[in-house]
Amino acid sequence: MTAHPAPNAKTDQDQNASSPTDAKTAARQKWMSVLARTPRKRLEAKWSDTYSAEKWTHLREPQIGMVMVRGRAGGAGQRFNLGEMTVTRCAVTLSDGTVGHSYVKGRDRVQAQYAALFDAIMLRDGSAETFINDLADEQAARKRKHARKVAATKVDFFTLVRGEDE
Amino acid sequence: MYVAVKGGERAINNAHKLLAEQRRGDTDIAEIETDQIEQQLSLSVTRVMAEGSLYDRDLAALAIKQARGDLIEAIFLMRAYRTTLPRFAFSKPIKTAEMDVSRRISATFKDLPGGQILGPTFDYTHRLLDFTLMANGEQPTEAPHGEQPVDENMPRVLDDILNYEGLIQDEPTPVNENAPVADLTREPVKFPAGRDLRLQNLSRGDEGFVLALGYSTQRGYANSHAFVGEIRYGTVSVEIEPEELGFAIDIGDIELTECETVNKFKGSKTKLPQFTRGYGLVFGQNERKAISMALVDRAMRANEMGEQIMGPAQDSEFVMEHSDNVQSTGFVEHIKLPHYVDFQGELELVRRMRTEVEERLAKRDAEDDTSQPEAAE
Repeated sequence: MTAHPAPNAKTDQDQNASSPTDAKTAARQKWMSVLARTPRKRLEAKWSDTYSAEKWTHLREPQIGMVMVRGRAGGAGQRFNLGEMTVTRCAVTLSDGTVGHSYVKGRDRVQAQYAALFDAIMLRDGSAETFINDLADEQAARKRKHARKVAATKVDFFTLVRGEDE
Repeated sequence: MYVAVKGGERAINNAHKLLAEQRRGDTDIAEIETDQIEQQLSLSVTRVMAEGSLYDRDLAALAIKQARGDLIEAIFLMRAYRTTLPRFAFSKPIKTAEMDVSRRISATFKDLPGGQILGPTFDYTHRLLDFTLMANGEQPTEAPHGEQPVDENMPRVLDDILNYEGLIQDEPTPVNENAPVADLTREPVKFPAGRDLRLQNLSRGDEGFVLALGYSTQRGYANSHAFVGEIRYGTVSVEIEPEELGFAIDIGDIELTECETVNKFKGSKTKLPQFTRGYGLVFGQNERKAISMALVDRAMRANEMGEQIMGPAQDSEFVMEHSDNVQSTGFVEHIKLPHYVDFQGELELVRRMRTEVEERLAKRDAEDDTSQPEAAE
């Protein structure tokens, strides 16, 4: 049997998409998501290279906690609580008063702290933009590489049975 | 009883030391590192996270090491740890439609948009022991690359393909999206349980128990003949909306396995026949659990579908009260702990009952003896 995709295939999962946000927020969401996926060592190294002279304080010390992950029945229906994940959060204040925040998967307090610091730097003057773009490119490349390995396991049933369906 | 307590303490301490020694095993053999467990026993890690109901690969690896590979003990350790952490937030519902798939197959449609993607699967392996893993160690080669990456946002078999023709029931969406979502970690479970509670319970339920119940539905203890519409395994990003920010942020990726089953159809005088659905979603890579969960989810929808309850998998109360392996093991295993006082009571009761019966019998025998001459007449 051949599947017929809906021309405007769209699932109910879209209904909860985040409300329209301005470009500034969208940019911040992007860098926060990149920082959340960057290991502590990369952040630490860049900070001590470029920003070690910065004066800053903790607004909120790194704290480990959990987020309850929610799913939807059938992927699109009623919400339910799937299970929890560990998350670490932190908030910092730079000497000019700029506040940076982070919420990152896992229990690495140092990673959360640097993620908050880079968030603050980006809010203050955007000077870590190249660094963050490089990280984003690396993450995208890793994802693409994996997706190509996965693609190599794609079964071409159609080729195997060509002619049978005609 | 002071002396007995002192003796017990020493014995317990020594037992724990012996346990630690045996956990380490032969010291001529290298100690296993938790990151080796995390990387190389990743499906054990997956199970401990799913049933421990806490996604943290490092902690699950540690729990497995500490529990000497006893996964239910490891799950217990995870559950205990999670009670020490504060909960920051609930995530926005994850979007499995946007999953970066490592595997995606359908048993109902051969040619489907996006394709059948096998991914890292044991399916089609020959199940022969590979002695090279034991003898020479592994010489892994890098897996081949396709020309193009797999498609992003692949269509969903049930929603985008079957439902296009109205052939399957819609997934009921609540009118009020702000309605509370049941949480068995915070409130006691009450019956009849809603589907939200049932899905939470199944997702953290014991794999073996859910598997056996799923199997029972296929063998006739629920009439819900199922096909696998779609299985997906891969990563999704998790979003939360912290109050201090006021907008959603992405905090990282988690691995999930999702299974959607297409089940026996249902129609009525006013509605055309349609297929029905079962849903399974679990942390990590665990197809066995996701399929079983979908089977049991569908079976537990019996009341909603107006079906006759004919098997244990359809009885939500039975399923949900027995699915949790930490609860089950706690109650089953607690009977090995000292019950001396309880048992002393039982012992005395049985002795008293026996004495009473013996006395009654002796008395009757004595009466019989005296009345025998009359009976003989």
